[in-house]
Amino acid sequence: MTNHDTGHEASNEIVTHEPGALPDRFEDPGHPEHHDRMGDNDPKANKRAERQVVALFAVSVLASIGFLVAYFAVPPGETPESMLRSNLALGLGLALSLLGIGFAAVHWAKALMNDHEKSEDRHLQRSSDENREAAVVALKDGASDSAIGRRGVLQGAMISALALFPVALLVPFIGNTGGDWNVSKFRHTMWKKGTKLATDPSGRPIKAADVTIGSVFHVIPENLDEAEHPLDEKAKAVVLLVRLDPADLTEAEDRKGWSYDGIVAYSKICTHVGCPVALYEQQTHHLLCPCHQSTFDVADGAKVVFGPAKRPLPQLPITVDDEGYLIAQSDFTEPVGPSYWERLAR
Amino acid sequence: MTTTATPTPVEKVAAGTADYLDQRTGVGTFVKTFARKIFPDHWSFLLGEIALFSFITILISGVFLTLFFVPSMNEVHYEGPWAAMNGVEMSEAFASTLRLSFEVRGGLLMRQIHHWAALIFMAAIVTHMMRVFFTGAFRKPREVNWVVGFLLLILGLAAGFSGYSLPDDVLSGNGLRITDGVVRAIPIIGSYMSFYIFGGEFPGTDLIPRLFTVHILLVPGIILALIGLHLFFVVLHKHTQYPGSGRSDKNVVGYPLFPIYVAKAGGYFFTVFGVIALMAATMSINPVWNYGPYDPSPISAGAQPDWYMLFLEGSLRLMPGFTEVVIGHYTLSLNVIIPAMVVPGILFTLLAAYPFIEAFATGDKREHHVLDRPRNRPFRTAFGVSLLTAFFILVLAGSNDLIATHFHMSLNDITWAFRVLIFVGPWFAFWVTKRICLGLQRKDRELVLHGHETGRIVRFANGEYIEVHKPLDAHERWLRVQHDAIRPLEIEPAEDSRGVRRKGYRLDRMRQRLSQTFYEDRIEPVTPAELAASHSHGQHDAIEPTGEHAPAELTGAVGGGQHLVDPQDETAPDRRNR
Amino acid sequence: MKALAARRQDRRAPIVLLLLALLLTGGLYAVLAPTSADAAPVQASTNDIATGEKLFQANCASCHGPAASGTASGPSLIGVGAAAVDFQVGTGRMPMQMSGPQALPKPVQFDQEQINALAAFVASLGAGPAIPTPEQVDPALGDVANGMLIFRTNCAMCHNAVGAGGALSQGKFAPNLWETTPTHLYEAMLTGPQSMPVFNDANITPEEKRDIIAFIDQQGGTSPGGLDLGSLGPVSEGLWAWVVGMGLLIGAAVWIGAKSS
Repeated sequence: MTNHDTGHEASNEIVTHEPGALPDRFEDPGHPEHHDRMGDNDPKANKRAERQVVALFAVSVLASIGFLVAYFAVPPGETPESMLRSNLALGLGLALSLLGIGFAAVHWAKALMNDHEKSEDRHLQRSSDENREAAVVALKDGASDSAIGRRGVLQGAMISALALFPVALLVPFIGNTGGDWNVSKFRHTMWKKGTKLATDPSGRPIKAADVTIGSVFHVIPENLDEAEHPLDEKAKAVVLLVRLDPADLTEAEDRKGWSYDGIVAYSKICTHVGCPVALYEQQTHHLLCPCHQSTFDVADGAKVVFGPAKRPLPQLPITVDDEGYLIAQSDFTEPVGPSYWERLAR
Repeated sequence: MTTTATPTPVEKVAAGTADYLDQRTGVGTFVKTFARKIFPDHWSFLLGEIALFSFITILISGVFLTLFFVPSMNEVHYEGPWAAMNGVEMSEAFASTLRLSFEVRGGLLMRQIHHWAALIFMAAIVTHMMRVFFTGAFRKPREVNWVVGFLLLILGLAAGFSGYSLPDDVLSGNGLRITDGVVRAIPIIGSYMSFYIFGGEFPGTDLIPRLFTVHILLVPGIILALIGLHLFFVVLHKHTQYPGSGRSDKNVVGYPLFPIYVAKAGGYFFTVFGVIALMAATMSINPVWNYGPYDPSPISAGAQPDWYMLFLEGSLRLMPGFTEVVIGHYTLSLNVIIPAMVVPGILFTLLAAYPFIEAFATGDKREHHVLDRPRNRPFRTAFGVSLLTAFFILVLAGSNDLIATHFHMSLNDITWAFRVLIFVGPWFAFWVTKRICLGLQRKDRELVLHGHETGRIVRFANGEYIEVHKPLDAHERWLRVQHDAIRPLEIEPAEDSRGVRRKGYRLDRMRQRLSQTFYEDRIEPVTPAELAASHSHGQHDAIEPTGEHAPAELTGAVGGGQHLVDPQDETAPDRRNR
Repeated sequence: MKALAARRQDRRAPIVLLLLALLLTGGLYAVLAPTSADAAPVQASTNDIATGEKLFQANCASCHGPAASGTASGPSLIGVGAAAVDFQVGTGRMPMQMSGPQALPKPVQFDQEQINALAAFVASLGAGPAIPTPEQVDPALGDVANGMLIFRTNCAMCHNAVGAGGALSQGKFAPNLWETTPTHLYEAMLTGPQSMPVFNDANITPEEKRDIIAFIDQQGGTSPGGLDLGSLGPVSEGLWAWVVGMGLLIGAAVWIGAKSS
């Protein structure tokens, strides 16, 4: 608990002072000499500094006026160029108005105000022993006045009351905050048997014949607009449609019927944290997520070939209807998007 | 006020007002105490002021933005001067952002001021924290204030993130989608947390209004309160000062608050605001009209968050996917939990807890008001640089696609390189920094012992050439010898004199090990005896042993004096400083 | 980026390549005479096709094969259409001079007449997309807002929200689109060069393609807020905040903290 003065009594060393021997540590030589500024001795320099400060304030005044003029004279207009002009004029006016004051004040302080360093004593943060004792006494007196220590039932009642009342606040804070709390919605999307695949965002149904090899279609369910919450549904239902040369396509045995003539449809929502996986590289058949660079191989069940995702993208089983339009065979057979705790639980 | 001359009218009014106030508030005592309070002067003490002043800038511009921004996710069709958005369906939040950018006079300027100021706010907090860390300003009695500052950093992240998402554009919307994915990865309650945040399924219609309240009321309210506490502590503790002659733990040397710091800090406020206005006038920031209104389907290349969240993005990008495991029927997405929660958890815990860890290892109960020179605390400096290196590698990993396009490299190779670097880099940075610190300390010793090289060569009568060295003056020397080289803690033996095993020995032993990790490698400052020896012996660098203390001291430093270095001179007690 | 790519080329490479191609094709030309050149539905004179064939044999056949049916080092060009040739040769991507992750744009090797001849020849090999008419690619006729909507769903993930370009895997990248001519933009969508997928007229209709061109036409110019910092998003903004913002502010702090002379 000693306040350590640098240079002396370093705490964990034994200090020995033999008479006549050199001290163990150097002594603090004390405050260095004060050096005068140019303006302290040269009235001309002093006057010059004053004029500079005045000039800087004047810049600020002019810039403020300039800002006001620009506000009325340079409207943002209708084109990027006029918006740029307005923003630039207003911004430069404001910046100069502020910087003028800033530089003037600092220059004033540096060049004209008294620059003799002063020293002030510090005191230990801890209270004095008397004050500490008095504080303890005050608390003890208070406690005995309230007799909290002797009235056990009252103590218990108070603690119970204080512990319970936050619950009354907490419940409404959680209650309806999560909507209907029906987290099983993660399992379903809008896709149903017979839902037509349509282009995003224009909503044109897609004919199988129009999907040429090497092309990629960004797909939404045709009836997306009829949904109660179209954005919520779109967030789960977006699909990427690709046609590959059937020779390039590797399909799992139980999914042989899910594609149509080399056309495969996969969920566009990344199984990592849910970004739209949309960068399709035609030559390698790789699908890359621009957020965290998970890479999926569309030719091989959309399995992960690189990056932080673990699971393949869920596949949408598709077929064609009588008119040749692509339709879904069913909903996805697993929840789309990022993993969550009870994803595989029944 | 009691001048003999007749008071001018202005003085009369001032005196009257002061009297009125003082009779009701006792403000006189307050003014007497604080008006001439001394603060030390150093540029690095202004880093915290950048944070404070950019925060005030954020408040001013933010109030302006709330006048025009509509925090609603209702769908509207935009009609306005921006052709690429005409007739496009979007939320009211996005439409009002376009309106305040393009149609409200000065609106774009205010929006850009707000966003640039936010980036500067976070950058200033980080640099200010670096200053406090590397100079040891967090030591007793300021540990609590370090924690307050740490909370401000976290709240700054929260403020930035909530504000970034408000315009409801594609870029920030995908950021929210990632947030949703991360939240869902939380074991057991993840899906419910997601529903809690979004008021149902993502994206829902509740989020923007909720974020708005968080962004303009909750977070800034707490930030303001904590800034008040932070500054209260600064006044209570008085500011730290850099070492130098005349400055000790018992005094504070500098200039009075009034008028010097009123002018300097006041001037700096205008400078900070001015520089931010200059940036907003000339550099475009977050042009949401480029990204378009949020829609769950599109995504843009270069999908990244603001810089202070970029380390999380990098952390997510580096994590390999195989770490997602299924236990029974339950999925544990370690490929998300580790990078998005564990990694920042480790970084932030180390940051918040460092003052306490160091105090534990040092066993020092004194108050410290004189700052450390970073070189004199090699472990701390190296540790800080190593944390920063980890952070920086993650930031770069979060920008790996831009590195790939700008330096014509393969994205996959870069990711692999960073996967290795995140483990190797911090260790390497630690080692290099520690070596540099020790080297700089040796350099200090050499300067104190042998003075500055003058470049003047003198030939002795016996034909020997020497270079004349100019000794340091007392002030120069003091700067280099004022510190203590802290030594590892000594502990009581495991068994007392009667051979009974002592309680608490294991904790002490652990503490000693930690202490050794911190302070095993050290260079002692020059003592007067060493300097005297170096002068009186002239030709010889070695000194006579002066009692028990001497062998612990390092002698002869590199390249100094009249002679070549004798490697044996460079001996530390533990022989680790070679 | 174009300048960088150009600098990496060896100046002697085209000559060496040309000589090799000449040697190879010289002998083969007589054997493999063109078959039924008039089968293609293009309005090109037989004269054009003949010129194109000569150019093809001299410059392209070493990789794409003398019958343009492809080799190990180049894909088949039968059925790619005139649009693909006009894009690949017109942007300097072909003839390719150096193997790498992808063919880079560089100074164009042929004049427009030669390119047209080459295109006519390739088009004569099999039906494929034709070069669009000026009206099809006129940005003034497009709907910018609709272009924005189509672009961000189909293109922005690779080319960035305003076409500034972005990274693909393994060193490939999607280029910046600001300097690309409307015709080349149209052709790229239609033919899907290299990694880029094909966007046929059923996927993105010709009108929608023109809308996209109109949208691109407006990007890369004046940004209302000031310098666009490369339109690269928050990373470049963060970099500038540190370099310019913190740079200026710390500079000011050092000035404030320094003693006046």
